[in-house]
Amino acid sequence: MSVRHDEPMVSASTPRPFSAPERKPRRRWGRFVLPTYSWLVIAYLVFPIAIMIMYSFNKVVGGLQLVSFTWNGFTAEWYQQWSNVPGLTSAFWLSIRLGVVSTLIATVIGTLLAIALVRYQPSRFKGKGAVEQILFLNIAAPEIVMGASLLGLFVTFNIARGFLTLVLAHVMFSIAYVTVTVRARMSGFDRSLEEAAYDLGARPLVTFGRVTLPLIMPGVLAGALMAFALSIDDFVTSNFISGSSVPFPVWVYGATRVGTPPQVFVFGTAIFAVGIGFAIISIVMAKKK
Amino acid sequence: MEQTVPTNRPGGVVSRRPRGGIGKTLAPYLLSLPAGLWLLLLFIVPLGSLLIMSLKTCSPASGACTMTWNWGELPSSVSLYHAQFLTSFYFATFATIIDLALSFPIAYWIAFHGGRRKNFFLLMLLVPFFVSFIIRTIVWEFVLSNNGVVLHTLKHFHLLPQSFHILGTSVAVIAGLAYNYLPFTALPLYVALERIDHRVLEAAYDLYATRRAGFMRVVFPLTIPGIFAAFLLTFIPAFGDYVNQEILGGTANTMIGTVIQNSFLVNLDYAGGASLSAVLLAISLVGIYLYARLLGARTIEQYL
Repeated sequence: MSVRHDEPMVSASTPRPFSAPERKPRRRWGRFVLPTYSWLVIAYLVFPIAIMIMYSFNKVVGGLQLVSFTWNGFTAEWYQQWSNVPGLTSAFWLSIRLGVVSTLIATVIGTLLAIALVRYQPSRFKGKGAVEQILFLNIAAPEIVMGASLLGLFVTFNIARGFLTLVLAHVMFSIAYVTVTVRARMSGFDRSLEEAAYDLGARPLVTFGRVTLPLIMPGVLAGALMAFALSIDDFVTSNFISGSSVPFPVWVYGATRVGTPPQVFVFGTAIFAVGIGFAIISIVMAKKK
Repeated sequence: MEQTVPTNRPGGVVSRRPRGGIGKTLAPYLLSLPAGLWLLLLFIVPLGSLLIMSLKTCSPASGACTMTWNWGELPSSVSLYHAQFLTSFYFATFATIIDLALSFPIAYWIAFHGGRRKNFFLLMLLVPFFVSFIIRTIVWEFVLSNNGVVLHTLKHFHLLPQSFHILGTSVAVIAGLAYNYLPFTALPLYVALERIDHRVLEAAYDLYATRRAGFMRVVFPLTIPGIFAAFLLTFIPAFGDYVNQEILGGTANTMIGTVIQNSFLVNLDYAGGASLSAVLLAISLVGIYLYARLLGARTIEQYL
């Protein structure tokens, strides 16, 4: 306590301007220590990706075409033979199909739910609170429990596991993210624009298609990208319920038990390049606007 | 109430909504029906059936289950696997603390000093997400392996003893968890720090707050909700994770996720797996419930 009393006394004897307090310590932290530290953390985050790209060019010695931990020299062979592991290629295309189908479904129904949540207050929308709690629970619940419970359900009702069950599951865990993303982007939505359309005689569906949808489109696209990213990267749930159709992450996980074919890193590098490309394009587009 | 709205269009001013009556009342329910049904049938119902399944007894040979109202399965699975639960708890706690400590300074720096390059730095934080989770973990196996680029080089220059190894230890698992979930910690922290009104901080300085006091009594308290969200989004997935343990941890230090996965997919002991999952869910629900009570379920949206 006494320490705190000292302080004003000191500063009273040396009058300092009110709006510009001592800047020195902040500069040292802000200009040198924090940036260095931050770049180190970024290096740590990027480092394994660099390793992945590097090992996708690693030569293989010996009979089996598996990546070794040791570095054997540079080769671009695996990029030329990218489709030489049949299981891997078909798993990859399955993941793409799964991602597209589940993203389309999740985006449509998740957006509708977001509209309902933004538009209607609990007085008009009974059970809105419950829906919000379920969305939160869906996002926060451990994925292994969701996967295990889905497997239990499919076993109980004798539903054959395959592409269909994968779609059911992937839509299930994507809806909440789509809804939340669309809803966040809709918060500043100006409803008078819709009312103007109605005043000009537009029907509800026309109004939705030509006024509402274009306005919320950035949010819908962001939600769709998120759903696709979640779907293509999902391992835990898919591993429980994939059955006979094996998506990319599940195949890769299974393969690591015996060794990783170099093509896995080729696919990893390709997915990384496409993802980063999309991200950079969206940042540049956002800047232009 | 509805009848008082005049419907004469030519008047133009009053009649805004084209439709009234039943369609209007049903609109919120119709809009939320598809997603609501999907979540009900494939999220809520399975969780319920998981609890029911934990009361069944399954034959290990055929995988067929019969209802036996076996309430003993829950406590017995906890006592049988309490070591794995504890391992998961310790690993997830360590990884979460490491992530909070690692990401707070960088989140602070981006939020307060990021300037025009904020988006670039955020993208850098998210960069691991552009590589598949499984591949990320396999790459760590390559990095940490004895013959891999890092350890091999360090040993070559005698910076490490030849017997030194990381792969197959708990350190490797915690390192893997910390790496894989770091963005889940950093983003909520960034969001919380970014939303701080700088004028509040200026006001503190005007009232003769020191740098330290400004941080400890203004910045830090305002980020507590973000820290809680970060904890929730990091700890719960790390607690149920089994991929890092299986790939990086070898056979030692089994986590509860591994046991659950094996009971479902290897031993076909659905009842045992279900009761372990129910316990795991109950533990997570404590955190989820506390979060919803203290901060409100909707606040999680801003941290995603």
